[in-house]
Amino acid sequence: MSWINLSALWKIVVFGLVAGAGLPALFAGGLYTLSWGPRTGKLATAGADGGEDSDALVGGNVLGMVLAAIAFLIVLAAIGWGIYEVYQIGHPAVKK
Amino acid sequence: MLVLVVITALCFDFTNGFHDTGNAMATSIATGALGPRTAVAISGVLNFVGAFLSLAVAATIASGLVDTKVVTLTVVAAGLAGGIIWNLVTWLFGIPSSSSHALIGGVIGSVMAASGGSAVLWKGLVSKVILPAVFSPLIAGLVAAVGTWLLYRISRSMTEGARKHGFRIGQIGSACMVSLAHGTNDAQKTMGVITLALIANGTLAAKSNAPIWVIVCCALAISLGTYLGGWRVIRTLGKGLVEIESPQGMAAESASAAIILLSSSFGYSLSTTHVATGSIIGTGLGKKGAEVRWNVAGRMATAWIFTLPSAAIVGAAAEALAHSIGGTLGVVVDLIILAALAGFIYYRSRGSKVDHNNVNAEWTGGVAPEPAETVAA
Repeated sequence: MSWINLSALWKIVVFGLVAGAGLPALFAGGLYTLSWGPRTGKLATAGADGGEDSDALVGGNVLGMVLAAIAFLIVLAAIGWGIYEVYQIGHPAVKK
Repeated sequence: MLVLVVITALCFDFTNGFHDTGNAMATSIATGALGPRTAVAISGVLNFVGAFLSLAVAATIASGLVDTKVVTLTVVAAGLAGGIIWNLVTWLFGIPSSSSHALIGGVIGSVMAASGGSAVLWKGLVSKVILPAVFSPLIAGLVAAVGTWLLYRISRSMTEGARKHGFRIGQIGSACMVSLAHGTNDAQKTMGVITLALIANGTLAAKSNAPIWVIVCCALAISLGTYLGGWRVIRTLGKGLVEIESPQGMAAESASAAIILLSSSFGYSLSTTHVATGSIIGTGLGKKGAEVRWNVAGRMATAWIFTLPSAAIVGAAAEALAHSIGGTLGVVVDLIILAALAGFIYYRSRGSKVDHNNVNAEWTGGVAPEPAETVAA
């Protein structure tokens, strides 16, 4: 055992960036495409989707909504997979 | 005797949850994404779940830091006393110090008092505790800064209202992940200590994993502590360091969750507190024009440096006292002193109360908001 486990450190930085900054960025991308369309504009009125006009999330553009759904699904899948991995690593089947 | 030690350990776990709710939920509460009481309730539940998720850190505490051969129940009790006292003192001042370091410091102090420095596995201490403590806030800060920059960049053409609304939802998700991560890391520490006590008592063989009832009790204690909420620490983290907007909150929490989960699975018992603080500062650096209150950050860093040695000194003193009285009585005397101190600290805290009513009041330099607001609440 060395003093600094460089390979673990390196992994934490890289995976940390991918999961800790990449996933929220993907979520942001989803929010952005979701807002495409006429309904989130500055002149939007409080419509059928309810709530104040200013914080409407869904713009109404179909392509935007599809892209957003894909982005959100990837984020959720990545979280689920991450939790599963942690569970696997954290419960060694047989302990010496 | 064993029962006493286990109860003390669970008390520590309780203060741990109490102290660390802030790490997960401070930014959500500060941006208004979650109501304060909802936030602590969710966090409590997820801490419970997280406690079952990974056992890697418990293994480190139970076998990687001190020579298990010299550990007696008295030593464990004295170490816990050191950890609890330090947690309560820092809570009184609203300083988010590391509960992990408090615990580890306490145990190391009492081991040294009992059987000298050679019983401490210094190499394990440095490579699994001290170095991660130095690196983790830096890495978390970096990840949070990058995340913050990306989020603002991607969302810059969205309307202000949509952005705020959208990222609040994201923030709730990421805050939940931090709570989960906290359970995987911090609940483990107490499990590790109880396992250590069981090994010392001969109930378990050396290098055993934590038995299931230990996991359940620890999960419960930490959830309860979390639910009751350390409002003082939440306030420092959420309002004191950086004024946070919801995209920043999400970036900070995602960074914390990712780093804590990754490190937990490598068995590093890092401090969720250090990571969360690093992330929050990082998110202040990642946004143009945001202001980091470096004096508050500096005060925290100072407390961090002192955490290990101070808790060690208290742990050592408790061990020396218990040893000089001897036997179960020694431990009982320790615990009575501990309870008295805890009561005193609680009494002091009433003077400048911070609770879910005033946790978000404007930062005026001190931990507790101006008294007028407290009276109104």
